[in-house]
Amino acid sequence: MKLSQRIQSNGFYVFAAAVVLFALYTRSWAGTLGFAIIFGIPLFAMGELPPYATRAQKIGKYAYLTICTMIFIFLVLPILVIIPLSFNAEPYFSFTDGMLALDSAAYSLRWYADIFRFGMTAPDAIEGWWADMWANATWIRAARNSFFIAIVSTALATGFGTLAALGLSRPEMPFRTAITSLLISPMIVPLVITATGMFFFYGGTMQGIIPGYENGLANTYLGLVLAHATLGVPFVIITVTATLTGFDQSLIRASQGLGANGWTTFTKVIMPLIIPGMISGALFAFITSLDEVVAVIFLADVDQRTIPRQMFSGLREQISPTILAVATILVIMSILLLTTVELLRRRSERLRGLSPG
Amino acid sequence: MSDATLDMPVGGTAQRAGNEPLVAADGTPLKQKLAQTTRRMKLRALMLTMPLVLFVLIAFVAPIGDMLFRSLYNPTGSNVVPAFAEAIQQWDGQDLPSEETVKIFVEDLAKARRSREIGRTVGNLATRLNYELPGYRSLVTKTARRAARITEGPYKEALFAIDKRWEERIVWTTLQRITKDYTLAFYLAATDRKYDADGSIVQADELYRIYVPILWKTIWVSALITALCFIIAYPVSYLLSTLPLRISNLLMILVLLPFWTSLLVRTSAWIAMLQTEGVVNNIFVYLGIITDESRIQMIYNLQGTIIAMVHILLPFMILPLYSVMKTIPPSYMRAARSMGASGTYAFMRVYFPQTVPGIAAGTLLVFILAIGYYITPALVGGNDGLLISNLIADHIKKTLNWSLGAALGTILLVVVLVFYWLYNKLVGVDNLKFG
Repeated sequence: MKLSQRIQSNGFYVFAAAVVLFALYTRSWAGTLGFAIIFGIPLFAMGELPPYATRAQKIGKYAYLTICTMIFIFLVLPILVIIPLSFNAEPYFSFTDGMLALDSAAYSLRWYADIFRFGMTAPDAIEGWWADMWANATWIRAARNSFFIAIVSTALATGFGTLAALGLSRPEMPFRTAITSLLISPMIVPLVITATGMFFFYGGTMQGIIPGYENGLANTYLGLVLAHATLGVPFVIITVTATLTGFDQSLIRASQGLGANGWTTFTKVIMPLIIPGMISGALFAFITSLDEVVAVIFLADVDQRTIPRQMFSGLREQISPTILAVATILVIMSILLLTTVELLRRRSERLRGLSPG
Repeated sequence: MSDATLDMPVGGTAQRAGNEPLVAADGTPLKQKLAQTTRRMKLRALMLTMPLVLFVLIAFVAPIGDMLFRSLYNPTGSNVVPAFAEAIQQWDGQDLPSEETVKIFVEDLAKARRSREIGRTVGNLATRLNYELPGYRSLVTKTARRAARITEGPYKEALFAIDKRWEERIVWTTLQRITKDYTLAFYLAATDRKYDADGSIVQADELYRIYVPILWKTIWVSALITALCFIIAYPVSYLLSTLPLRISNLLMILVLLPFWTSLLVRTSAWIAMLQTEGVVNNIFVYLGIITDESRIQMIYNLQGTIIAMVHILLPFMILPLYSVMKTIPPSYMRAARSMGASGTYAFMRVYFPQTVPGIAAGTLLVFILAIGYYITPALVGGNDGLLISNLIADHIKKTLNWSLGAALGTILLVVVLVFYWLYNKLVGVDNLKFG
């Protein structure tokens, strides 16, 4: 159906009348926009129904699409809502009247500035501002901790995980189910239990075992890196094994038959094929570590606080829109990561000839 | 390979006659050679996984084993009063312990009072006794303060003079029990049970029965969240699986975005949405459903926890459902309809049964993840939204009753592992995928 035809259809008139009535009744542009989105999108998504479709079928399909629209809104609205809220000029978590009236005075960047200034010894000094911010600003220090722990643990998880996935996807692998179950279990076992165990083991039992860590691994970076690497392992295993299904094992034999040794076979034949899976597994492990907070609560001291740990105490103690500003930055980062993984997945499917696109 | 060809025995291919088995180039029977090679290949595959298996064993399984151990092992009693811990085990549990045993107890207490070592102070013993007999903490601390002044017998009477409660037999039976290093007491406490004076297991007093109700509550809340996720995810997954790939990939981003967004971000987003001045309440006021004065308290309670957790776990339901639905050919439904089945009948008898694998995968995964959730209930749960994980964390971080925390953790772990086993049986871990 052409757009012009659809606009002429009865449904559109009903919809337009409803929107106008709604606008007159509530007198709020935000409300009307929401109403138009919820009931308008299904109207345009109806598509072509067979000419013999009854009115009940049409209404049924419209109702179904409306429900789906609402579910999609339920999925993304909470995440999108925090973006405008982070520009709030007032120290609240809610929309002020000024914000709804699109008054530019009701918006400000003060909470973004606060990310850098909070915790600094002299936030208004001009000399030494950068050094002070880098060393003392609470959120910046948390970000440094987060990234350091995430990068090291991702490297560990990806290295070990890829190797193990290569073994697991060989057809002659013994005890495959048992070993896979074991390696996936860090994702399944509740984080509180993992963290409790690590709190006992790293903090107590490990005392005096590793040289240089006489007081155990609690309150150390090493402990957190080990914990997060463990939690990232299942994601690497899952994504890399997924890339390896449908991997033609005869390629390995072909390369060996042509005289390549194990290392050459790995770097020249296996690696190029599984690299998309490795990268998405690494990204999963990275985001898991960046997002993880339970192990940090149990194992970290103030010195090792990460971004989510800082958000956790912020949400418990003093709720300030700085958290929303940080959250907005994290959302943008997840969008970038998501896009990367999606592109990699398509590339991998194309490489393995699973899909044309 | 080259070695094998060099010293190839005479009995290679030429002399094979009669029933002699086939042999490989190096003279070993072919069957044996094949078994050898397979074994070597198996070993090589195993060696590839070994580094990670070892890593996971040390960094993950050992800590959990440590937790299991600590739920059974609590040496507080024998640490604080070592001599008494040995002596009291001779007592038969009748009347009161002998004068000699009580003397050792008094001496041990006096010694322990001077101790400053962590885990060996009188306070540790008092706390440990208080777990078993609530309100008896002061009995130990008070007696320890005066123990040094008791220099001669009769020791029993001296204790009775300090506190009448020393005449109760249950104090001594409890002391006998808690000075043993291995105990099931914390599992009893975790299931709302305790020992009585004779050492038999009874239900805890009404007031102290909290863990079993919380465990049941955790299970039904998780079941409710799973059900809600299923109801919400099913129509959306169906829509995604029927749309053309170009559009469904775009819509999939709407599903994956929450999946990739930080848990803390999503939880703070729900605080912004559901608080009394939040977006949802504002919408209700705009629509005139409620007045400005009667805004609904939607967060910091069980309801808020459920809403936020459904949102957080929804992608784990949509993704497996979608990947199963995508494989169902639409022609099956059309065939059913063309043979006269009504829409509902065709759906119930043809489409729905084919989606059951996806349902099993999704519901089990969501349930397993929900039952151990900690962060969201801790942040938006208020008082009535607390789940078993929050109690475990409280015992580890706040009340410092580590053994009880470990026992509760072990019980939760067993529940989760049962469902994980079920998942393995029904779905298979190999079928876990993201995106």
